[in-house]
Amino acid sequence: MTAVTDETLSFDEAMAKYDPVLGFEVHVELNTRTKMFSAAPNAFGDEPNTNVSPVDLGLPGVLPVVNRAAVEYSIKIGLALGCKIAPSCTFARKNYFYPDTPKNFQTSQYEDPIAYDGAIDIELEDGTVFTVEIERAHMEEDAGKLTHMGGATGRIQGADFSLVDYNRAGVPLVEIVTKPIVGAGSRAPELARAYVATIREIVKNLGVSDARMERGNVRCDANVSLMPKGSATFGTRSETKNVNSLRAVERAVRYEIQRHAAVLESGQKVTQETRHWHEDTRSTTAGRPKSDADDYRYFPEPDLVPVVTSEEWIEELRAQLPEPPAERRRRLKEAWGYSDAEFRDVVNAGVMDSIEETIAAGASAAAARKWWMGEVSRRAKEAEVDPAELGITAATIVELDSLIRAGKINDKLARKVLEHVLAGEGTPAEVVQQHGMAVVSDDAALLEAIDAALAAQPDVAEKIRGGKVQAAGAIVGGVMKATRGQADAGRVRELIFERLGVAG
Amino acid sequence: MSEINREAVAHLARLAHIEMTAEELDKMAGELDVIVDSIKTVSEVAGDDVPATSHPIPLANVFREDVPGATLTNEQALSGAPDAEDGRFKVPAILDEE
Amino acid sequence: MNELISSSAADLAAKLAAKEVSAVEVTQAHLDRIAEVDGEVNAFLHVNTEEALAVAAEVDALRAGGLAGELHALAGVPIAIKDLIVTIGQPTTAGSKMLEGWMSPYDATVISRIREARMPMLGKTNLDEFAMGSSTEHSAYGPTRNPWDLDRIPGGSGGGSAAAVAAYEAPLALGTDTGGSIRQPAAVTGSVGVKPTYGGVSRYGAIAMASSLDQIGPVSRTVLDSALLHEVIGGHDPADSTSLTDPLGALAEAARSADVAGLRIGVVRELQGEGYDAGVQQRFDESLQLLRGAGAEIVEVSCPNFRYALGAYYLIMPSEASSNLAKFDGVRYGLRVLPEDGPMTIERVMGATRAAGFGDEVKRRIILGTYALSAGYYDAYYGSAQKVRTLVQRDFEAAFAQADVLVSPTAPTTAFRLGEKLDDPLAMYLNDVATIPANLAGVPGISVPGGLADGLPVGIQFLAPAREDVRLYRAGAALEALLEEKWGGPLLAQAPVLGGVK
Ligand SMILES: [Mg+2]
Ligand SMILES: [Zn+2]
Repeated sequence: MTAVTDETLSFDEAMAKYDPVLGFEVHVELNTRTKMFSAAPNAFGDEPNTNVSPVDLGLPGVLPVVNRAAVEYSIKIGLALGCKIAPSCTFARKNYFYPDTPKNFQTSQYEDPIAYDGAIDIELEDGTVFTVEIERAHMEEDAGKLTHMGGATGRIQGADFSLVDYNRAGVPLVEIVTKPIVGAGSRAPELARAYVATIREIVKNLGVSDARMERGNVRCDANVSLMPKGSATFGTRSETKNVNSLRAVERAVRYEIQRHAAVLESGQKVTQETRHWHEDTRSTTAGRPKSDADDYRYFPEPDLVPVVTSEEWIEELRAQLPEPPAERRRRLKEAWGYSDAEFRDVVNAGVMDSIEETIAAGASAAAARKWWMGEVSRRAKEAEVDPAELGITAATIVELDSLIRAGKINDKLARKVLEHVLAGEGTPAEVVQQHGMAVVSDDAALLEAIDAALAAQPDVAEKIRGGKVQAAGAIVGGVMKATRGQADAGRVRELIFERLGVAG
Repeated sequence: MSEINREAVAHLARLAHIEMTAEELDKMAGELDVIVDSIKTVSEVAGDDVPATSHPIPLANVFREDVPGATLTNEQALSGAPDAEDGRFKVPAILDEE
Repeated sequence: MNELISSSAADLAAKLAAKEVSAVEVTQAHLDRIAEVDGEVNAFLHVNTEEALAVAAEVDALRAGGLAGELHALAGVPIAIKDLIVTIGQPTTAGSKMLEGWMSPYDATVISRIREARMPMLGKTNLDEFAMGSSTEHSAYGPTRNPWDLDRIPGGSGGGSAAAVAAYEAPLALGTDTGGSIRQPAAVTGSVGVKPTYGGVSRYGAIAMASSLDQIGPVSRTVLDSALLHEVIGGHDPADSTSLTDPLGALAEAARSADVAGLRIGVVRELQGEGYDAGVQQRFDESLQLLRGAGAEIVEVSCPNFRYALGAYYLIMPSEASSNLAKFDGVRYGLRVLPEDGPMTIERVMGATRAAGFGDEVKRRIILGTYALSAGYYDAYYGSAQKVRTLVQRDFEAAFAQADVLVSPTAPTTAFRLGEKLDDPLAMYLNDVATIPANLAGVPGISVPGGLADGLPVGIQFLAPAREDVRLYRAGAALEALLEEKWGGPLLAQAPVLGGVK
């Protein structure tokens, strides 16, 4: 296929003339032990075509049987999205031929999804909350994995042949479909990213999915259309398939808005089609236009019987739901007394859980934040990992903090201690012991150093005596230098004032 | 009259992935037309008040517990494959993208 | 004729238990019979000589070793398997070029149960391709012939199983019945065939034609034999979501009781008369007289919506079949055909494979089903057919309020000549007019021999409410006993001699 580079309008120009309408179909792979309709293991990364039963290969004569856990996970997702749960629902066959689809139909749901009519609040980075309405969440099965061989790019175009691994075929999926999202305006790309991030967070929090986008556990198809400002009639939409990172979701939506705007500005019509996102060029290319081949001939799956959900069953599952992430954030912010900005930084840095653990282990909210947002985040950045993955435990932070509060070490020393802890030399207390890193806490030794410093800077001593207490810093600095940092700066300060007979 | 013409059959054959010659399309169109004519009274029998029955014996909530069971070996999985490579099924290039 | 092959399964079981004969002798006798007559009949697509004899030898060894107590009552009694049911160790073709030589890596549930019972499997029997047909002429491997007249069809789609049993090549066989594929072949070959209640026998491993209609069931020469086989294969299977959890019921006991005194038998007004051969109607009326004489109460019932059943069936069946047969695409198993020219893409390989692998009738049904499900037609066709199904069920409910079982001729005609209806699909479809309502409603049915018309067998069908298969065996066995008393022996004793000495 010849890739024609599409025209785009600048984002600001596009936003001046059009209102974007978004829609998302997010596929979530459930982390059940077995597949949706067979007892073969649901596992990632195994040898090809080893996690398959006759059912997953669509061998002649096989029949599906529904995994109870997959249904329960789906109901939990529905509840977490604020959906109604269908009192009774059925499976349906979606008929289309594709070599990764073993039966050449996908067992899915059509007219009666298990969950429908929900809404979730999406919080943008600056704290703006946007409500997204959920049309439906339905159960279905994943397809196998195709590898295109022989072509230069590993892409489908130009490949000589393809290889099919059906290990993923039949893995349970929940497809979450939004209602059209209007009113996001220029924040549409940001909202797109936040929406997918929120879905990911919700399913991860529920424990029903590993939610790893890089493994395809969460996959997003983004629909974009534009309507001229002031109009309420939706334009023709494009569907950008499998946008598989949060950053890509944001970029793809932004790109499609700009592309649609350019098409409309040139007086042409947007084609209803599938688009493919390319991370390398940060653009989409046209896929298949809608055609008569999209006649999926849905009909009720005769090999499966309806799922009937009693009130008791739903309530039992509702009782198992963990606290929703947004509610939890509200509760923690309140409890910790952080400002809006402080809390948002904590969330964005991905250290909320670590801080919660550290506080639970005995640290103050302020100390926990200081460490996780400060030294730990700095080192994590250097190591290019998430702060939580650096190997620093809540217990380490609590121990460091109590050593500081007991005056055994100061902040500067504590950072050194942390380095030794990270090198695997033991707990903070052990490190302090082994390296003799404790601050000089012998007042006599400190007074000796103070006297020397005062003598060396008589003018400063005079200023302090005259009430300029802030001048004490220079003396403290001298003492710290003399003790090679192993002094408790607070205590030094106290002793200076004591010595000079002034109130600190 | 003739609802099912050659174009209609050609469309259906595409959906069903069955290659058909022009003669086959014509023959099939003729046969289907007769069959459909004879069975279309069905659409006039039942009113809106009659529910559809998809399963002859009504059952509900037939589930399997989430416990791993037997799988095929890779060798068994590929035993019937017309072509295979590296433990996977081998197919010619794919025209459509999905 | 060799008594080992003319005996019923029940008699063979008794002789085996009494050590009058060995399982190897019984199995060998049937293999010999197959070798002797199957060149003419073409009931078998594959003969499973070695495995059958090995299983038989195992049974004999266990019995000789004093372990008879651990053996199933039918252990050592051979059986033939319709080649729509997957088996490890024997090819499964579904009568199609699409699966020529395909070996299943797994067993159907009914096959596992037959193995547990240690019944030697004689081989796989012929059928219309993917069970689509009423004459077995749509097999990719040549037609099966009716043992009563080799120029005539044995019914279908299970013509191979029915002919094998009628030609004494096997005492028992498995069939599948989607619209009559067990009962109609039984009727035209003078044998017995049962379609159990939907869900009564696991469908796991039966290559699906129409999932909501298909049932596996027994084929035999006596009603009791069908009951015994039904007890082997029936009962709950967790691998089939539509499998019933209900206990099977005492089927063989019902067949042995063979008592219709006080039984209310409903004659379905719509399943007789116009369209039914005069000879068929005569035998049917005589059977009613006999039943009445034995103390049954004969009542007339009306099922007005049955007249739409054929139309509904020919929408639902092809719709489901079009989807069930999509998996045959040349990717994972079976035939792959490369297009002769043009680009070599998988889409074109699929198209060429399905063009070459499927026969005309299969293509006809796939295209019809694709049409009935396609956008804009679903409500008028598939949707309406599912509503007719509701009406047919309601008719059954009303009829069963008046009668314990219903009765009709199984098929409107006796066996027709090979080729006679091959170019007229509609005429072919009419063969199933009396059997189809049971599949739509999921109720069980049996066909038992009802005599001859112009020298060819006529079948009598009983239908019972869902889960009441036991009534079929009671009524069927009673009619069988009454007729055999009249004839002085089984109907098949009147069949012409095949393969030399009778
Ligand atoms: Mg979708
Ligand atoms: Zn989906």
